[in-house]
Amino acid sequence: MSLPPHSAQLLTSEGLDQLLRALRRGGYRAVGPTVREGVIAYEDIDCVEDLPRGWTDEQSGGHYRLRRRDDDALFGYAVGPHSWKQFLHPPRQRLWRTRGGGDAVQIEREPPDGPPLALIGVRACELKAVAIQDTVLLGGAYGDPHYRARRADTFILAVNCTVAGGTCFCVSMDCGPNVATGFDLALTELAAAGPPAFVLQSATPAGRKVLEEISHRPATESEIAAARARVQHSAQHMGRQMPAQNLPQLLLRNLEHPRWSEVADRCLACGNCTMVCPTCFCTSVEDSSDLRGQQTSRTRRWDSCFTIDFTYLHGGSVRQSTRARYRQWLTHKLATWHQQFGSSGCVGCGRCITWCPVGIDITEEVSAIRASDPG
Amino acid sequence: MHARATDPMVPRVLRVRSRRRDGPQVWTLQCDDGANEPPGFAAGQFNMLTAFGVGEVPISFSGDPARPQRIVHTIRAVGAVSSALTRLGAGAALAVRGPFGTGWPMSEAAGRDVVLVAGGLGLAPLRPALYQLLAQRAGYGRITLLYGTRSPQEILFRREIDSWRKLTGVMIEVTVDHAMPPWHGHVGVVTALIPRARFDPRRTLALICGPEIMMRFAAEALGAAGVASEAIYLSLERSMKCGIGRCGHCQFGGLFICRDGPVIRYDRLREPLRVREL
Repeated sequence: MSLPPHSAQLLTSEGLDQLLRALRRGGYRAVGPTVREGVIAYEDIDCVEDLPRGWTDEQSGGHYRLRRRDDDALFGYAVGPHSWKQFLHPPRQRLWRTRGGGDAVQIEREPPDGPPLALIGVRACELKAVAIQDTVLLGGAYGDPHYRARRADTFILAVNCTVAGGTCFCVSMDCGPNVATGFDLALTELAAAGPPAFVLQSATPAGRKVLEEISHRPATESEIAAARARVQHSAQHMGRQMPAQNLPQLLLRNLEHPRWSEVADRCLACGNCTMVCPTCFCTSVEDSSDLRGQQTSRTRRWDSCFTIDFTYLHGGSVRQSTRARYRQWLTHKLATWHQQFGSSGCVGCGRCITWCPVGIDITEEVSAIRASDPG
Repeated sequence: MHARATDPMVPRVLRVRSRRRDGPQVWTLQCDDGANEPPGFAAGQFNMLTAFGVGEVPISFSGDPARPQRIVHTIRAVGAVSSALTRLGAGAALAVRGPFGTGWPMSEAAGRDVVLVAGGLGLAPLRPALYQLLAQRAGYGRITLLYGTRSPQEILFRREIDSWRKLTGVMIEVTVDHAMPPWHGHVGVVTALIPRARFDPRRTLALICGPEIMMRFAAEALGAAGVASEAIYLSLERSMKCGIGRCGHCQFGGLFICRDGPVIRYDRLREPLRVREL
């Protein structure tokens, strides 16, 4: 548990508003949860009024609805369809363009863009997902310079989950619901009939610096205990469980399990799970040119292993069947990711379950394979 | 390894020096590297080549590693990008990123018999290894190239093959799938040539490049002839959009073919190659 009593502070809704304004004054582009088109979306926010006050969500396989809460909680919901990767590893990123055609052609790399980001309301599973993408995109011999530039400047205001969503299973994946590392400031929302209040902890000099600009007071022992109890409550009410023991071995010895065909009968290969997944990182590139072919550019964009083109090689695609594509996604996420990056690729956020149009449930698929594992 | 300062996704400009037809729809481009210090390459590695405004594809080096300032690629025009690349004439600009991937294990070849098995365009990625072996001929045992292609018209590097045949201790056997007179050579799959090759299986290194099904059968046949899996290397091919293990396209089980390959030892491939659509 990470709420050290000596540094914990109490922040009111007004204090949070001051915090958001202080970040913006400090030159940050603040993005955080807001209600948009019937979901909790991550968008640019200016002040506390932009946050989803008094909302919660109802989530299950292929199902998501916003519901009114009977209080004014600002973080009384689980994660929605957006994740922070859309800001740190954006859906489209120009990589370079040419200047001058023919003999004078030169290649200009795209410079880093935009003001530094302040991510508001990052959950424990999402912090883990960011850490995983750090390993993927910055590890090895070649780091991605665009991602590195964004990450170096990013301020993170984390939120401990006090509500567990219907498809959440971060506890199974050892990723939450309380934040442990990778943030500047962290909030735990206290239950209240009145205005929202938060127990706040700071983890970095950047976090402490911004606190100097806003009003807060030391949190009391009982407030800290109440915050801790709320996070524990959410840990005990996960909507899903993943039977996570020895998952890589289980899946890799069952590559021909009949369940892959059964799930392929339901799977639409739409790629929604890969788009909402906070760790899926696959991309493709697109080249374009002006009509004379003198100015050309290359753009990287998100791609999905569910598309038939993903494995296209002269003559055809390697993974023709939906069975093979679903198997690739699930075994990569839960098994081969360990070989490649030293951890699971799943943080238990449940988005792939909620946003699957036919409600395919990754925890159910693993359970089905485990139940009939020849061993 | 430490992170490199430059962006690995941004290419540099190359100029085509010459272009030669090497078979139906197959062209070899020789390019001059404009870099002050050409990065050099290991036999078996590949570059990501860009036809401006069209796209980028991975293409193996087919030239001599001892001449790093001259970048040579042998390309079959099969898609939009490869077709555009093969249309580039002398002086035309293209862009390159690389070299990427693993090379053939040339240091392991020292003192051993070397069997190279090529299928179709798979001869091109093996040619840098052959250049290296033949340049230090005394450093190796018997060298055998078994090369299978579709038809006599599609035999690559024909004049070079004829000159290599004349070298002592070098055996070259070519077979085709289909042939009409005046072809007097072998007809059939390349694996059928393996019993003709003379090598000591206990001190042999085998390098295989070609269609996946051909590589599987060739590796199995060499295994049956007594060559250990640890002495057999294959060069795999997958869709690639980055070359640095980051776009995800080339995954083969837990391997990124661009980074962990394209040259991979057979003992790591035997099981995954048996899984369909992996």
